[in-house]
This record gives sequence, C-alpha cells and structure tokens, in this order.
Amino acid sequence: MSTIEHPRTGGPSSSADWEQVQRSAEFVELRRRLRSFVFPMTAAFLAWYLLYVLMATYARGFMSQKLLGDVNVGLVFGLLQFASTFLITAVYVRYANTRLDPLSERIRSRIEGGEPR
Amino acid sequence: MTTLAQGGGTSVGEPLINLSIFLVFVAITLVVVFRASRSTRTASDYYAAGRSFTGPQNGIAISGDYLSAASFLGIAGAIAISGYDGFLFSIGFLVAWLVALLLVAELLRNTGRFTMGDVLSYRMRQRPVRAAAATSTLAVSFFYLLAQMAGAGGLVALLLEVESKTGQAGVIAGVGGLMVLYVLVGGMKGTTWVQIIKATLLIAGALIMALWVASKFSLNLSGLLGEAASDSGKGDAVLNPGLLYGKDAIGKIDFVSLSLALVLGTAGLPHILMRFYTVPSAREARRSVVWAIGVIGLFYLLTLALGYGAAALVGPGPIAAAPGGSNSAAPLLAFELGGELLLGFISAVAFATILAVVAGLVITASASFAHDVYANVVKRGTVAADSEVRVARITAVVIGALSIVGGIAANGQNIAFLVALAFAVAASANLPTILYSLFWRRFNTTGALWSIYGGLATCVVLIVFSPAVSGLPSSMFKTVDFHFFPLANPGLVSIPVSFLLGYLGTVLTREPAAEAKFAEMEVRALTGAGSERATVH
Repeated sequence: MSTIEHPRTGGPSSSADWEQVQRSAEFVELRRRLRSFVFPMTAAFLAWYLLYVLMATYARGFMSQKLLGDVNVGLVFGLLQFASTFLITAVYVRYANTRLDPLSERIRSRIEGGEPR
Repeated sequence: MTTLAQGGGTSVGEPLINLSIFLVFVAITLVVVFRASRSTRTASDYYAAGRSFTGPQNGIAISGDYLSAASFLGIAGAIAISGYDGFLFSIGFLVAWLVALLLVAELLRNTGRFTMGDVLSYRMRQRPVRAAAATSTLAVSFFYLLAQMAGAGGLVALLLEVESKTGQAGVIAGVGGLMVLYVLVGGMKGTTWVQIIKATLLIAGALIMALWVASKFSLNLSGLLGEAASDSGKGDAVLNPGLLYGKDAIGKIDFVSLSLALVLGTAGLPHILMRFYTVPSAREARRSVVWAIGVIGLFYLLTLALGYGAAALVGPGPIAAAPGGSNSAAPLLAFELGGELLLGFISAVAFATILAVVAGLVITASASFAHDVYANVVKRGTVAADSEVRVARITAVVIGALSIVGGIAANGQNIAFLVALAFAVAASANLPTILYSLFWRRFNTTGALWSIYGGLATCVVLIVFSPAVSGLPSSMFKTVDFHFFPLANPGLVSIPVSFLLGYLGTVLTREPAAEAKFAEMEVRALTGAGSERATVH
C-alpha cells in the first residue's frame, strides 16, 4: 500500500509557456464561455434575490395579498426563489458538461501531454 | 400542550431515551471514525481525506457541515414564533449556494491544496497572505463555533433535564471533547463520514416530521397556514413579512444587511471551502455543490412545514415558555407528533448536528493554523508533512478547548444571531479576496491584505459597537450602552468596504510578480492542469 502524492507537476515550467497557453485561441474561447455564462447569471440571480428581499421589506402589502386560501404572494415568491435556484443549477451543469468540460479537458491533456497516469 | 405542562413543565420526554439514542449515534460514529483512521497517513489524508470522496458523498457531507443547529432548531423556531420572517433565513442560506457553484467551487478546487491560504499564496507573497487568510479563517470559525456550543447548552437544558449552569457547562465540555477526539483520530476522512451520517439522519428526521405534519392537514398547505395563523394569536401577521424585522426604518435596513451577508457569506465559509479539496477533480467539486443544493434545498423547504407545524400543533406560547425558547420548537413538535420516541430521535439528531458541525470547524481551523501559519509562515515551508499534521492535531485540541470555554460563556445567546455574524465576517473578510484572486489579473498582496484585514476589522468593530452587543434589552450586555452603529448586522457596510479596500490596495501599488503568475493560475484554475489528484492507497 503506497501513497502517491501528485505534486504540482505536469505542464510547462516557465511562466512564458503558461502565458502562451493563456493566449491560445482555445483557452481564450474557454475563458469567454465560462465568463459569459457565470457573470451574467450571477448578476441575474443576485438581482432576483435582492428584488425579493426588498419586496419583503418595503412592499409588504403586496407580499401579503392572498392568492389561494392562506397562501399569499410572499410565500409563492419565496418558493420561486427555491425554484430558480434549482433551475440555474441544472442549466449550469448542462452548460458546463457540454460547453466547458470538453474544451478544458482538451487543453489540459495538451498541457500535461505525455505525463504518465 | 397539556402534556408539556405535566412532569415539571421544564422538560419534555424521557431524558433516558434521549440520551440512549444519542449514545447509539456516538457509538456508531466512533466505530466509523476509527475505521477511517486506518487509512489516514499523509497530510493529504488528514486535511483532505486523500481527495478520495465522490461528488455525491461530498455533497451530502457539505450539507452536514452547513445545516447547523442554527438551521435546524433556529429556523424552525423562528418560523414558529415569527412566521414568514423566519423563512427568509432559509431562502438566503439556499440562494447563497449559487455563488459557490458558479464562481468559486471548481476554480478553488483546481488552484488550492488544503486551505484558502493556498489559493492566495499562488501568486502573491506567501507569508503575509497566509497569515491574513489564517486570521480570518480562525475568526469565522470561532464565531461559528461559539454559536454551535451555545446551542448545545440550551438543548441540554431541554432534553436532559440538566438545568444548573454547571451541569450544562459539563455537557458542553463533553460535547467539545468528543468532537476533538473525532478530529484527532479520524482526520478529514472520519469527519466527512460523521457529516454524511449526520446529514442523512437530519434529513430523515425532518422528512418524517414534515410528512407527519402534512398528513395531519391532509397535504393542505393552506390549511396548515390557516391553523398556524389562528393559533398564533397574531393572526395573518405570521404569514406576512415584517413580524421580526422592519418595525421601523432601521430594522428594515438591518434586514437588507442581514440578507446580503447570508447570500455572500456561504462561499467564504472556510469549513465549506475546505470540503472542495476532498474530491479528486473540479468536476466532482461541481457535482458536490449540485448534491448539496439538492439536499439543502429540500431541507429548507421542510423547515416551512416544521415551523408552521410547530406553530399550529404546539403553539407559540408553550414554545416561548420552554427552556430553550424558540430553539425548542422542533423538539416540542416531535414530542407532539410522535411522543417520547420521536423526541428522542430528533434530540439525538440535534446533538449530532452540533457535534458534526463543531468537528468540521475544528479540523478547518486547525488545518489553517498548521498549514498556513506554522508550516509556511513560521517555518517558511521547510517542515516535514508529519510534523505539520502533528501541529494540526495539537491545534485541534487547543481550538477545541477554546470553543468549550467560549461556548460556556456564550450559553444562552441567540444562536441564529451568532451564526449570522459568522456569515457577515466570512462575506466581508474572505469572499472579496477569493473572487479578486480568481478573476482579476492585477490583484496583488496589498489588495488582499487590505481586503482581508480591513473587511474583518470593519465587521468586528461594527458588531462590537452595534445594538446587538450593548444598549438594548435584547443586547449581550444590557446594562451598559456604548453602541453608535445603528444596525445589528454589519454586512451592508463591511462587505462593500472590503471590496473597495481590495480594489484600492491593488490599484495603488504594483506587484509585477503577482500579475506574471496570473497566467499560470488562470490556466490551472480553468483546466485543472497539474492539480492534485486522489491519493492512491
């Protein structure tokens, strides 16, 4: 039973080489795909959450309106926060699996090329 | 309700049953921890469980780490007493996970080894940033530990009929001692299994109670809400926002401030960040968060049934009068539904919850001290892994002892409030630096230090001079008044201050070395090239 620690091996050793990878078309595309998804999505869910918080604080009359029996707007709005969280999670996983992972794996294997596993 | 009044009126159920179910949990987890200790050899094993857990396993463990007594007892109680405003906690605690999922988890997994200090020191000056990261890690962990240990005292009063402060102190010490033992013996692997067992029990317990409540109201949510409202004595107010927060303009701003800390704090909690290193790859880190969001989301949905169920079936009066106050809503509901046996089970779950979260915090704080401060700041990286782990174990004992003392001192404080403070400190001291470090090429040592120390100091100073600490009947110190900051929650000020300081510190200084290393860090972060893989035994 042996313990193998993988130190930070693999890949180029000089910073110039890392910069070359960073400038490569593939990597630029990977970064674009990541940022163009996560930044707008983060802005969107934070805005949606803050809207909810502000409504619960400053628009109580509206949030207290009953919709169905004793279920009011506030409760539905709260449950929609759950729904949107689950939905964004599912959408991101799909996006990452199809648009991010294949590209990042390609770049990684090119960087680590030839390293025995 | 009459059942509660009988038998002395200060406790419910049969302490012997509560205790024996809990001891069964302790026995099982001890066996698991000792088994895990057999394969704990290297530093990577001790800190990161050899990176051998799968995404789903780690996701459940994250839920175990995250769903503290404040979530279980605190939120159920807050909903039972204050209605809708308690539910606001649940939403903030859940939505916060999107920050971790989208911005932090995977990139962090690819760039660090064990601690937040690893990520920062990647391209900045090692010693100062590691010292700063360790300081904020210890600060957040300490606030969080206090909350858990304080909760243990109140729970004991309710469940074991230990009413003297000395007796409660003894139990707090016992809880703390047991947890340190888990960490010492089992390391991260043992701790992770404890989290998994605890999370499973917690979800099972919450599910049983929620379904039981639902069946009592024939799955009619509106019926449950209606009865909760009519039994509350406050009418529909418990269904509407505003009962707990927002009696005045300051209260409203305070609530917005709290909400901000909740949503931005999660991705800066050190014991959560450290969990991302227990999996072999960024992909598994992503799966961990997805599982965590599923489990945590389900749990917080159930809090709605638990809280309003307790309001409808137990009633706010008996809850407020119980020894643990609002924290006793969930146990009282269990007793109302399933008698002594269900109460015993739920009490054991609540104890297990506290134990497991304390274990997760102790291992994180001790890892940060041993790995960042001892190995890299004091010994400048020349220390053997064995002695680093030895220092981590000694630190775990010290932190455990400190948290026992702090917990005894904080016994009786509002645990949801203490946890909210831990979130505010995490959001102020850690999150800005993590985000800048991962996404901003120019970010440098000065920016990191200003952001961490500035955010931490702003946050702590505002807490000390807030009405939560002095000046009001609800304050920690009721008889003196030295508060000048109007809000109990500092996040609204301290989080922007920390982002601003990080920005200013960076643009006012230049550090070409940090910028030069950004290419390597970014490529590694996005591709996982050269990141640490699972230990092969």
